Amino acid sequence: MAYRLMKGNVAAVHGALLGGCTHFFGYPITPASEIAEAAANVFTASGRTFLQAESEVSVINMLYGAASAGARVMTASSGPGIALMGEGLSYLAGARLPAVVIDMQRAGPGLGNIWPEQSDYNMVVKGGGHGNYANITLVPASVQEMFDFTKHAFTLADRYRMTVFILSDAYIGQMMEPVNISGPVLHGACKDWAVRGDAATRKNLITSIHMSPSLQRKHNEELQSVYRQVASELVDFESFGTEDAQVVFVAYGIVSRICRSAVHQLREMGIKAGMLRLKTVYPFPDEEIARLVDAGKHLIAVELSNGQMANDVSLAAGNRSSVSRHLTMGGETPSVEQLVSFAVQRSAR
Amino acid sequence: MNETIAYKKPTSLYETFDRKGSGETCTHYCPGCGHGTIQKLIAEAIDSLGIQDRTIFLSPVGCAVFAYYYYDTGNIQCSHGRAPAVATGVKRTRKDAVVISYQGDGDLAGIGMTEIMHAANRGEHITVFFVNNAIYGMTGGQMAPTTPLGLKTLTTPFGRDYGRDGRPIGMAEVMNALVSPVYIERCSVSNPKDLLRTRKAITKALENQIEGKGFSFVEILSPCPTNWRMTPVDARHWIDTEMSRLFPVGLLRDTEETGLCAPHCVPWMDDSQLLAFLEGKKDPVIETGARVPGGTQRIQIAGFGGQGVLSAGELLATCGMNSSLSVTWLPSYGPEMRGGSAHVSVILSDEPVGSPLVERPDVLLAMSTPALDHFEPLMAPGGLVITNSSIVNRPLRRSDLHHVAIPATTMAKEENLVSAANVVMIASYILISRIFDLDTLRRCIPMVLRKKDLLKKNIALVDKAATYVQEYL
Repeated sequence: MAYRLMKGNVAAVHGALLGGCTHFFGYPITPASEIAEAAANVFTASGRTFLQAESEVSVINMLYGAASAGARVMTASSGPGIALMGEGLSYLAGARLPAVVIDMQRAGPGLGNIWPEQSDYNMVVKGGGHGNYANITLVPASVQEMFDFTKHAFTLADRYRMTVFILSDAYIGQMMEPVNISGPVLHGACKDWAVRGDAATRKNLITSIHMSPSLQRKHNEELQSVYRQVASELVDFESFGTEDAQVVFVAYGIVSRICRSAVHQLREMGIKAGMLRLKTVYPFPDEEIARLVDAGKHLIAVELSNGQMANDVSLAAGNRSSVSRHLTMGGETPSVEQLVSFAVQRSAR
Repeated sequence: MNETIAYKKPTSLYETFDRKGSGETCTHYCPGCGHGTIQKLIAEAIDSLGIQDRTIFLSPVGCAVFAYYYYDTGNIQCSHGRAPAVATGVKRTRKDAVVISYQGDGDLAGIGMTEIMHAANRGEHITVFFVNNAIYGMTGGQMAPTTPLGLKTLTTPFGRDYGRDGRPIGMAEVMNALVSPVYIERCSVSNPKDLLRTRKAITKALENQIEGKGFSFVEILSPCPTNWRMTPVDARHWIDTEMSRLFPVGLLRDTEETGLCAPHCVPWMDDSQLLAFLEGKKDPVIETGARVPGGTQRIQIAGFGGQGVLSAGELLATCGMNSSLSVTWLPSYGPEMRGGSAHVSVILSDEPVGSPLVERPDVLLAMSTPALDHFEPLMAPGGLVITNSSIVNRPLRRSDLHHVAIPATTMAKEENLVSAANVVMIASYILISRIFDLDTLRRCIPMVLRKKDLLKKNIALVDKAATYVQEYL
């Protein structure tokens, strides 16, 4: 087996091409720029389409156009750019168009800084734009997962006709790790709903407008039933030493890497610690969290935000006293020692 | 008796507008509105050019939002102002489609100014029909970017005032400031003569796209009696007497020369080509039996930007990967890379790496004094510090660390490789830690080195570092 050492940002582009993506529209922003740069290189060199747009607003609308025409499409950005895409993301959802969007989270609000936060959680997981809709949201924790999740995202996007987000962070994008670049190359099936500029699809219409409230209600109900199907089929997580654990970290992305080190250290100290590492945050593993709480475990939601994921953990747990929060903002990350002592305190209660 | 068909509805318009309502035959446009006229002209052009199946009609936000009620063509409804970006996505997916972006003045010249300018500037092979009625119609009659000075609208109840609202924008003239468009014309549907001219312009703009010429833009002055508070006849008269003075009709550009080269066309890689391309050169991982001292080494490499700090880390991580160790590489990144300090954290481990962040380095390769100042206090007790003694000339402040000084820059300069001090530092670390053998390093240098012509010199530098370490340490 041959590995390549590469950044998460570059691995995502390799995953995209092998996932059958043919069109990348991008706009530079730190810490996601390497994704557009890599796409400019390998999409162009392989005869696919890369285009640098004039803004993130245009990017998401180019995705809308290319997805309408049946292409497998993607873009990548960071918080400020994703915010600008909000309206377009809502249109994609309303028109039921498949797309893949990567958010390499940086610190906010406003211009913030370029160091990692997980403060785009609400924006991405709860939709990002107006209306009742959701995005499938995958949360990789390694460079290999940047490759794997991005590759798989196109299949999910087509299957459910939804936007699939790769919600990652600056560190996972910037770090290099060995990646197993593996086939097969995936391709989308012919989309009979697309508008391809031919006789077969001439009657097709891509739109999100339904003038009558009863039709708009029906459209909304159809969307919600897709989301329920997604919730029943796609929840994914890794249980790391949770079965015998007294304290269980709940984390995703770069934070889950720090938690993993903390779990090792706690176990060496004789404290039964574990981690529920989320791989999807939409859909969210409500049942698993409830199960852990019911089993008497104390959960520690660890997050680089003001508690956006932790709110979902609390909601799933029902019993708030069984969930603690370790929150870090501004681009700093908790040290292993900090998490260890936090868990020691909680396990002593 | 032979019937003569004097008028036939275009076949690219639906016979009944069932998307509007079952059996509907009327449009949603107000009496005297120009949209119906213009859309019929476009439908007739689609028919006469035989492009009904190929046409993809993009409807905007505004009164024309429901154009898909009427056109028996592919239809995509777009968000406000973004149709040229959507058209870009469509056309770059379906090169044989005829893509029409149909937009009003608020949509195109207000909220969508960015998208139209850049689509035009890229010379997208699309056709834009810009319907200028100098008002926001769908929302009930507010000021548009093209509203004449003095005109009273719902948001300029005392008339448009240039001191407050700016002046009306002539979009055809704005388009004409760009090099890329191949065809720019302003027309009107206010009288039979201008209407015939509009018909020709619409056909020409579509022909340009069929022939692959480039970006075509047709601005059409169009009456809005409802929001102008005029009768349909007065509204047409107002275009001829007032509006056309502000926006003179006429041909602004019709060129065969696009001024643009055809986009560089790269052949499509099939699956096996693509996979081989992305897998890269397959350098097999060799089970060297390398074991990391203590199970895990957390290594910080730091110095000035330009000293090859990040590539030193990449070289070390590559050695680890090719010795089947677990490795992570995490750089300093962003603006601070441009000059100033640079540092990178590398972790080599027998086990999968948890956190890639190095809080307490076991090893520091300090290539500058500020790097040593910054990271020495953070070192784990008993850690190893290798300094580039050509630049760093102070001893360690802590007594619980092992210190090795290597004149890395001097040695690199002696080999005429000023920028290869990083290779000396890595070679020294490998020799001292004995984590890999030097063959692993020699094997991995070509994988990381970007200037391949310097390969031999770099390898020679490894041998020189080995001699130095063996001789002096």
